Amino acid sequence: ARSQTTLGRGLLELLSRDRLDDDVWDEIEETLITADVGVAPTRAMVEDLKTKVKVLGSRTPSEVRALLRAELLTQIDPGLDRTLHTSAPGERPAVLLVVGVNGTGKTTTTGKLARSLIGDGKSVVLGAADTFRAAAADQLQTWGDRVGAPVVRGPEAGDPASVAFDAVARGIADKADVVIVDTAGRLHTKTGLMDELGKVKRVIEKKAQVDEVLLVLDATTGQNGMRQAQVFGEVVNITGIALTKLDGTAKGGIVISVQRELGVPVKLVGLGEGPDDLAPFDPEVFVDALLGD
Amino acid sequence: MFETLSDRLTSVFSSLRSKGRLSDADIDATCREIRIALLEADVALPVVKDFVAHVKERARGAEVSQALNPAQQVVKIVNDELIEILGGETRRLRLAKTPPTVIMLAGLQGAGKTTLAGKLARWLRDQNHVPLLVACDLQRPNAVQQLSVMAERAGVAVYAPEPGNGVGDPVQVARQSIDHARRQQHDVVIIDTAGRLGIDQELMAQAADIRDAVSPDEVLFVVDAMIGQDAVTTAQAFMDGVGFDGVVLTKLDGDARGGAALSVRHITGRPIMFASTGEKLEDFDAFHPDRMAGRILDMGDILTLIEQA
Ligand SMILES: Nc1nc2c(ncn2[C@@H]2O[C@H](COP(=O)(O)OP(=O)(O)OP(=O)(O)O)[C@@H](O)[C@H]2O)c(=O)[nH]1
Ligand SMILES: Nc1nc2c(ncn2[C@@H]2O[C@H](COP(=O)(O)OP(=O)(O)OP(=O)(O)O)[C@@H](O)[C@H]2O)c(=O)[nH]1
Ligand SMILES: [Mg+2]
Ligand SMILES: [Mg+2]
Repeated sequence: ARSQTTLGRGLLELLSRDRLDDDVWDEIEETLITADVGVAPTRAMVEDLKTKVKVLGSRTPSEVRALLRAELLTQIDPGLDRTLHTSAPGERPAVLLVVGVNGTGKTTTTGKLARSLIGDGKSVVLGAADTFRAAAADQLQTWGDRVGAPVVRGPEAGDPASVAFDAVARGIADKADVVIVDTAGRLHTKTGLMDELGKVKRVIEKKAQVDEVLLVLDATTGQNGMRQAQVFGEVVNITGIALTKLDGTAKGGIVISVQRELGVPVKLVGLGEGPDDLAPFDPEVFVDALLGD
Repeated sequence: MFETLSDRLTSVFSSLRSKGRLSDADIDATCREIRIALLEADVALPVVKDFVAHVKERARGAEVSQALNPAQQVVKIVNDELIEILGGETRRLRLAKTPPTVIMLAGLQGAGKTTLAGKLARWLRDQNHVPLLVACDLQRPNAVQQLSVMAERAGVAVYAPEPGNGVGDPVQVARQSIDHARRQQHDVVIIDTAGRLGIDQELMAQAADIRDAVSPDEVLFVVDAMIGQDAVTTAQAFMDGVGFDGVVLTKLDGDARGGAALSVRHITGRPIMFASTGEKLEDFDAFHPDRMAGRILDMGDILTLIEQA
């Protein structure tokens, strides 16, 4: 249920004109910028398009539009492997670590993901490694109860790494298929908290390999999303991105740069607050929404 | 990651430094770089356009300064304009003539409303007020409990008659909280509401119903400093949907440039009143327009550059 923005409509209108003029190029640039694609990537794409238009002798805005769509798709790379690593080799459960800055939707995504895995017939254990924020473990507990997954928790203000460790141990003992560890929100600029996150991962690895580190990015995030991804990538080597809150008006264009520069694919999208509002990332749907279709 | 505005302007400066007077071309060249810097700071495009147009106009009519070279003059105009827009009429919290003063918080999911409720309560308590926190987010899992913990940490009372997690009517809780506050001699009531999207008409109508039930003295729009271009759409939607009197910018302890400050201020005309700068109750401050102007445009460097020129 994505609403069409006025800008998107404006673009469609322009592109249904029969001639290419500066307005068309401006509008394309504006569409990309207002989707948080960023100034430099936008410029690069527009320059690229202009060259292509010359080479191909494209005449009409709708041809340009098709070229733009194709270009965006290329950037997003539909060929990337976006499968979530939810089965581990051998006997042990797959281990997923969910990370990101404050309030992006980590706990909600953890709950939704558990729901979807359980729907596929897997057994899931949740680890409440946010021992810091008020009622964070209870929030995850509510999700666990809702979707039918046991939640391993520790004492308030306790050591998040040991909760994560216990959750994985419980998953192994229970012969669960998947363990998902929810962590506290932390800004990437806080070195102490980032070190703590690194430790959470290292401590888990004493027990089992971490198969997936999901960075949860909020679609409303602007250019700062790039920094978030870089720093989280350095500290815990993220393997996938969950782009949340795409049910709003924000387009989440920052993930284009993030994916290109870090090579980490967007794997999931969040489309609401309910248990079923999680979907695999679909490049075509994403591009069409970005262009305002 | 980005080239800073001062980096960008260094090249523009070097070609302008010799000239005595601002030509249209000088202004255009400087404004082009400023436009990019603003966009990279996440200032929303329509706001960037208005802002740059306004700066150009002022720069054209500017008195020729003896002390500053042309580019410096433009930068100074930009700096002054930014501070003026960001700070226009900073004002204090409005207290009701007959207590209780009612403050309602509204914003997108995860913006920092519940945390802010705790911060505001503590801040007011330190000024000898007796605040009451009201749990009107009956939707997000364990929001009621989160607010109760914040109240405990802040050493203030909480009114949470409903368990939440989908149970209870937030409008009714809001209405009853005012009587409760009167009976218990609370002079400030702070209403925490559920996060909602600008396009969620049903939830936006609920926010308006809460507002109508309590006639708040202040509706504060809480917005994450990391928000990008969507700031305009969302701020406008909350303005139309519930209306607000002031803005609180959160998560300013990160390294986001915070262009949202300019976007929201410019679009709605509402002042930014507070800055939230961390997860702890004491990480809270009045908003400083000059610091924010410097942050958005990396103005610290610019001003050094002007001094060196
Ligand atoms: N509309 C919408 N809201 C979402 C989505 N995902 C999460 N939310 C909401 O965003 C808010 C924050 O979500 P959480 O899951 O608590 O975020 P978090 O990252 O765990 O937050 P911290 O642990 O405090 O850092 C809640 O109100 C969620 O209901 C989504 O895809 N769409
Ligand atoms: N670093 C930092 N984190 C903050 C700040 N303000 C809030 N947070 C964190 O951001 C996350 C979301 O804060 P909440 O207060 O739960 O946000 P909310 O708007 O009430 O969220 P919903 O009720 O789900 O819509 C939590 O992890 C908070 O600790 C801030 O100024 N800086
Ligand atoms: Mg959480
Ligand atoms: Mg809240």
